[in-house]
Amino acid sequence: MAKMATIYIDNKPYTVKEGDNLLHACLSLGFDIPYFCWHPAMHSVGACRQCAVKQFKDENDTLGRIVMSCMTPAVEGTRISIDDEEVRAFRKSIIEFLMTNHPHDCPVCDEGGECHLQDMTVMTGHSYRRFRFKKRTYRNQYLGPFVNHEMNRCIQCYRCVRFYRDYAGGRDFGAFASHHHVYFGRHKEGALENEFSGNLVEICPTGVFTDKTFKRHYTRKWDLQTAPSVCVHCGLGCNTIPGERYGLLRRIQNRYNGAVNGYFLCDRGRFGYEFVNAERRIRQPLMKRSSLPVPREEVMQHLSRLIYFGARVIGIGSPRASLEGNFALRSLVGEDHFYTGVSAMDARLLEKIIMVLAKGPARSSSLAEAGAADAVFVLGEDVTNSAPLLALSLRQSVRLKPMEIDKRLHIPEWDDSAVRNAAQQEKRPLFVATPYRTKLEEVSTQAYHAAPDDLARLGFAVAHELDNRSPAVKGLPKKLHTLAEGIARVLSQAEHPLIVSGTGCGSEAVLESAANVAWALCRKNRSADLCFAVPECNSLGLALMGEGSVSDAFKAVHDGAVDTAIILENDLYLRAETEDVNSFFDKVRNVIVIDHSVTGTASKADVVVPAAAFAEGDGTLVNNEGRAQRFYQVFVPDRDIEESWRWLRDIMAASGRPGLKHWTGLDDIVQAMSNSIKAFKNIAESNVPAGYRITGQHIPRQPHRYSGRTAMHANISVVEPKPPEDKDSPLSFSMEGFSGQPPAGLIPRFWAPGWNSVQALNKFQSEVGGPLTGGDPGQRLFEPVQESTVSYFDEVPGAFSPRENELLLVRVYHIFGSEELSAMSPCIAESAPGPYIGLKPEDAELFQVSEGRDVRISINDKEYSLPVKYLPELPSGVGVLPAGLRGLEGLELPAWGRINNQAKG
Amino acid sequence: MFSLIRGAWTVLLHMFHRRVTVQYPDAKAYVPPRWRGRIILSRDPDGGERCVACYLCAVACPVDCIALQATEDENGRRYPEFFRINFSRCIFCGFCEEACPTYAIQLTTDYEMGEYKRSSLVYEKEDLLISGTGKYPGYNFYRVAGLAISGKDKGEAKDEEPPVDVKSLLP
Repeated sequence: MAKMATIYIDNKPYTVKEGDNLLHACLSLGFDIPYFCWHPAMHSVGACRQCAVKQFKDENDTLGRIVMSCMTPAVEGTRISIDDEEVRAFRKSIIEFLMTNHPHDCPVCDEGGECHLQDMTVMTGHSYRRFRFKKRTYRNQYLGPFVNHEMNRCIQCYRCVRFYRDYAGGRDFGAFASHHHVYFGRHKEGALENEFSGNLVEICPTGVFTDKTFKRHYTRKWDLQTAPSVCVHCGLGCNTIPGERYGLLRRIQNRYNGAVNGYFLCDRGRFGYEFVNAERRIRQPLMKRSSLPVPREEVMQHLSRLIYFGARVIGIGSPRASLEGNFALRSLVGEDHFYTGVSAMDARLLEKIIMVLAKGPARSSSLAEAGAADAVFVLGEDVTNSAPLLALSLRQSVRLKPMEIDKRLHIPEWDDSAVRNAAQQEKRPLFVATPYRTKLEEVSTQAYHAAPDDLARLGFAVAHELDNRSPAVKGLPKKLHTLAEGIARVLSQAEHPLIVSGTGCGSEAVLESAANVAWALCRKNRSADLCFAVPECNSLGLALMGEGSVSDAFKAVHDGAVDTAIILENDLYLRAETEDVNSFFDKVRNVIVIDHSVTGTASKADVVVPAAAFAEGDGTLVNNEGRAQRFYQVFVPDRDIEESWRWLRDIMAASGRPGLKHWTGLDDIVQAMSNSIKAFKNIAESNVPAGYRITGQHIPRQPHRYSGRTAMHANISVVEPKPPEDKDSPLSFSMEGFSGQPPAGLIPRFWAPGWNSVQALNKFQSEVGGPLTGGDPGQRLFEPVQESTVSYFDEVPGAFSPRENELLLVRVYHIFGSEELSAMSPCIAESAPGPYIGLKPEDAELFQVSEGRDVRISINDKEYSLPVKYLPELPSGVGVLPAGLRGLEGLELPAWGRINNQAKG
Repeated sequence: MFSLIRGAWTVLLHMFHRRVTVQYPDAKAYVPPRWRGRIILSRDPDGGERCVACYLCAVACPVDCIALQATEDENGRRYPEFFRINFSRCIFCGFCEEACPTYAIQLTTDYEMGEYKRSSLVYEKEDLLISGTGKYPGYNFYRVAGLAISGKDKGEAKDEEPPVDVKSLLP
């Protein structure tokens, strides 16, 4: 518990945390002090001089002196005035200075209406321009497909560089020039390289950096219909706020969750939303026998005939569909005929992850906890590309070392520039062991590259060093032994060590070794956490629901026991080899696909039913931590699009199967799920029931200033339609309803009187930078078993030995392109690399190929032709292939590939 | 009997009074220039659309009868893709005109808007856009804004210095 202090603000006593800066303390108390350069995640530098307050020596001091509240610690008896006339005039004149060069752009600026500079200008009362001279101007830069640059609007607060360079570790962005010409941009035009560049949009207090995808279909914040949602582009489950207008999804903004994503999102999550608006969307039911869309009733009739009682029907679920969708399918076809629809390898890996988290003594770590770990060991996962925000968290954990130095030097931890100065290059330990060089190595203590089996051996060796009962690794080279010893020593000295691994390597042994390390630490009474990156947004939830991979489904079909297959939001071509999928489609008489976008699988189906994308429906997703998080419908989609679970419920009712379920809304399904599946016993706890009202009112999805109600449909009919009803949640599709703060899980947007920008978030937190008022939303489904008797994994794989003329191919991840849904968004597709094969230059020489030339490689008797890319830091005998990129889908890696070196492109 | 005669006499006298009834539509009542009648969208002195699709009129409208969507031309000039006013809801309060930062939306002296069908009172951009500057001649928003559009580069707006040379360290 932090020490508290009493401070006096305008002669009234308040209790605050001792040592916090005054700005932090005052904002947490609910006072409004204008600020620019301070950010709760990046702390204070005292650059903008905006947050001035007057400090008094004691109660007899009437003169006082002006100090910057962000740079002044709160100590017992501090007396300040926010309201003093002199300091108010000071703050007003600072804004006036900032505005001398600010262009007359607000009407055409995308920040307008949610602009921190606008809010602060109004707050200080500056309203009339006295400056008669000319305004400074700049030329803008092209910064890639995500972020728009309009440098004239800059007020030189330095937040952008501090985020981009210091927080996110980017290098291709900085401050240039001098005096009042300071310029923020790249050394030359080009796309921003950092994976978190999109956060500049929210970090920038004015309109210098704005969302380029949003700009194409621009709408003001007050016109966006929003609802709390969860990102679907990786397994971390970051909280988001999607915004809609006129039936089009317009943008994604961050939704703060103190335990998950905090203040930031990655670019894939922020800009991957465009697939919802894409041409590839399925908007009406389709049937193979007709080239035109079919009416809903006809499809229902047809489906009820196919799924009559007694028909042999199997269901293939999906890790990118909600729990409810999967559960409805499972209920329709029966537990024995439900397959999770992940690849055979993923099924094995996910089962192992669940076993480790549910049975072992190590806790699954949240993103926030990962950021606070004091020693990290990354084993076999390229987190920057497979779970980007985890990489951002780990970068912060590395930075925590300085905090220890500061305590010694008595520097408060919020004094950002002093902290960095004191720390210099000092870092907390971070060990990275991966098959190929990953971006996180920039900040690592030590990195190691090896084939998956060798990575697992390193893990096992570390575990053995920590605890003798963990199996020893035979024949470990001296160098590796020393490395393992070093890692074990550092981890055992840490209080909260974190082991990060995941499905990226495709190796169970790697997961087992990571688990052994964490368990060994737990048995040494360290509170060791485990963090596994999983491939998709609901991978873990689906694995908790059932077993059976795509291969098992194929087997059932080949055994001839299936008439009809229902495939839920899944593209089987990404899960198994093309031939296997094709033969599956040949064998099954009727294929029904429920999906939101046209995929290879949908185009093979006999009946295609339009499912809702994440913003068009309600559901629950379970993230890699095992946290069940609810996402809410943002808007009512056009025509026949409905949530999968709704379709399945209706099909169930129409077919008259014995397991007919009387589900009216989402709550009924959630209840049924928590009754019938043990892992989901607590899932209803985080769920706010649809009947929930505050003072008898809904929570409106539209802001109270939502415009155009009586004109937006007037071209179709002048009679205004009744707003759609929402049976599944306490939110309404209207601007009417409860205007105060809703419970944390139901916050549709951050707005407070006088705070139109994202900075309004301060008003929704119990303490600035802390959890949301009432606790961060989400329900953890598993906790560690304290007195766990689970024994160590003891199958240590043999050392990797390269083969002649062959390469062990492992997957390499790309933040843009490796994930299915975001790859359908134009701006992400633009940033995705083309397919290639990564080789060590020495290996390439051996095979007589060179960079840029095509090489033919046969994997599982299938030949691929791919251009070569040199990756000098690969272990020899190992090659990498990009995951999920066009032409390489469905390939199960790691696998051996034979190079046909006689063929040269 | 007497009251009947008095009544007839009063009517007779009224024949010689000044007439109050205006013979509308043959004769028209005087309308002050600041009359709040039919809404139009004006153009700037260069002939470009004044509306920059900032949505301020829409949000100011108390009956929410304005809907529009912003879009941009290839040079970054923003304009409304569509602009719709539902006059069957409009209360002619003039808030939209007051909110407009570019003098684009203006209320005119025309009040003759009666229709037989409500749907005929829904005006789209082509019905609203006039070819002149309306009440406010001379003002051109893009000439005072910092945004570069075709024909006006950075630093060419009113009261702007030429763009900064980032590589110079001179004061």
